[in-house]
Amino acid sequence: MSALTPDTPMKRVAVVGAGPAGLYAAEELVRQDRHRIHVDVLDRLPAPYGLVRYGVAPDHPRIKSITGSLRRILDHPRVRFLGAVALGADVTRQDLLDHYDAVVYAAGAAADRRLEVPGEDLPGSCSATAFVSWYSGHPDAPAPLPLDTERVAVVGAGNVALDLARVLTRPVADLERTDMPEPVLDALRASAVREVVVLARRGPWHARFTPKELRELVGLDGVDLVVDPRQLVPLEGLEPDRTAQTNLRILTEAAQRAPTGAPRRVELRFCARPLRLLGTDRVTGLEIERTTERPGATITGAGERETLTVGAVVRAVGYRGAPLDTVPFDPARGVVPNDKGRVLDADGALCPGEYVTGWLKRGPSGVVGTNKLDSAETVALLLDDLDERRPRRHPDLAGVLDRRGVRPIGLEGWSRIDTAERELGATRGRERTKIADWPTLLRLGKGPHPAREEPEELPWPS
Amino acid sequence: MAFLIGDPCVDIKDRTCTSVCPVDCIYEGDRKLYINPAECIDCGACEPVCPVEAIYIEDDVPDELRWAVADNESFFTGVLPGRREPLGETPGGSKATGRIGVDTPYVAALPAAGEVP
Repeated sequence: MSALTPDTPMKRVAVVGAGPAGLYAAEELVRQDRHRIHVDVLDRLPAPYGLVRYGVAPDHPRIKSITGSLRRILDHPRVRFLGAVALGADVTRQDLLDHYDAVVYAAGAAADRRLEVPGEDLPGSCSATAFVSWYSGHPDAPAPLPLDTERVAVVGAGNVALDLARVLTRPVADLERTDMPEPVLDALRASAVREVVVLARRGPWHARFTPKELRELVGLDGVDLVVDPRQLVPLEGLEPDRTAQTNLRILTEAAQRAPTGAPRRVELRFCARPLRLLGTDRVTGLEIERTTERPGATITGAGERETLTVGAVVRAVGYRGAPLDTVPFDPARGVVPNDKGRVLDADGALCPGEYVTGWLKRGPSGVVGTNKLDSAETVALLLDDLDERRPRRHPDLAGVLDRRGVRPIGLEGWSRIDTAERELGATRGRERTKIADWPTLLRLGKGPHPAREEPEELPWPS
Repeated sequence: MAFLIGDPCVDIKDRTCTSVCPVDCIYEGDRKLYINPAECIDCGACEPVCPVEAIYIEDDVPDELRWAVADNESFFTGVLPGRREPLGETPGGSKATGRIGVDTPYVAALPAAGEVP
């Protein structure tokens, strides 16, 4: 390992995706003294922070506060944010390989897993990704469901399923303080939803949600949590892990409470799988089947069927990665094939100079901090490989973008969006209200035209 | 509410938790690690990576580890041996402070593994 000297040649690394995995990779790349590295962090959106901004529930402000430490990474003098630049549309994989010594793909898991049952594409059926993106103010996410129905089914047993149940049932007054865009709050105020049924294929001992999320749902004012105590008897021959034991304890306590007659309720149903969504021009019901499970074996249908009268179904059975331009992709696992972060092609051969981290590397698991360790692993290999690669002189990608008429949104542009959102929030006594439409984001982000001398007066976003 | 570290960490200090903590709120004492409850954001990244299962969320702490709730807090709010002021909240977190190197009096006095108290 050699210390940096002023003569150490500068190397350039591109990171695709400004979410936690990408930003932690950027941090690892600039906070080491083996190589002098400049990092460009590209994101297809005008705003950084990925799922911290567009996935973490708006009523979880403490987790959202991670943006404070992520911002410090973007502020590093050798890190440059290139927002509103999409790999595939604005730049190609080859462009990145031509302009950088290495590329780290950290684009996350933008797609979702499907139920693979009939009726899944009916109006009134959507993915958790679509629903979460909508209430998080993602500019590509229109309202995915009409909330004109009293009963909604959520299929899944992870924290996202509980987020959905909570957001759909908790009093809107509790959400007023969050950063949700105003049209989202309007839709939730007008919502007819009174009951959410959360369906889990397996028993509570296999639920993926965390005790913290479960406890939050149990303690929600204005919502009764309903669970059948007969479903909470642990499977014979199965030793639940610590998380499952805690979940079972919380659920058992909740099952013993008498309903308070609260205006809304959430029912948790375990060992039930969806068979088909019913309805002709929109969802009117969900046919489900009880399942049985033996330790170490896959679940099977128990034959006992039931139809739930629901006007909407949200599937929360997992995110999945989406292919990026011509980057190798494993459609079965929804990840970029890799060896500890080094990208592999279809034949399992190394793709020199290409790396992957975060959900696109390991699949959609873990929490924000999990990506720190993951990105450290990827970047350690990248730095080893850089030792072996001859330094090259690369033209700045900004020149290519400029010739193509692509104007990236830099950190200053993002700061203008950030300030506008805080100011918009302040008008209603909130810390922030998100701006969710492309034209306003782009106008704020790109700012006054460089040719103009007077700063442009920016109208309030509508 | 925050996560906290109990005595399985004593004399182990694996530190995988510090490498996943997104806000660098886990500080290194001499024999044990401590989570600053004022800085912890309850994200839960640390709990599953601890090889000795020393990390609990405050609500789920087993009775025999109740002492650790106040003890973890006192690491930050109390004045540690050899110091003049409490650690308090530190800008930049444990990444900025580095190893603190001392323990709360309670942890300092714990017997070493295998030692009869």
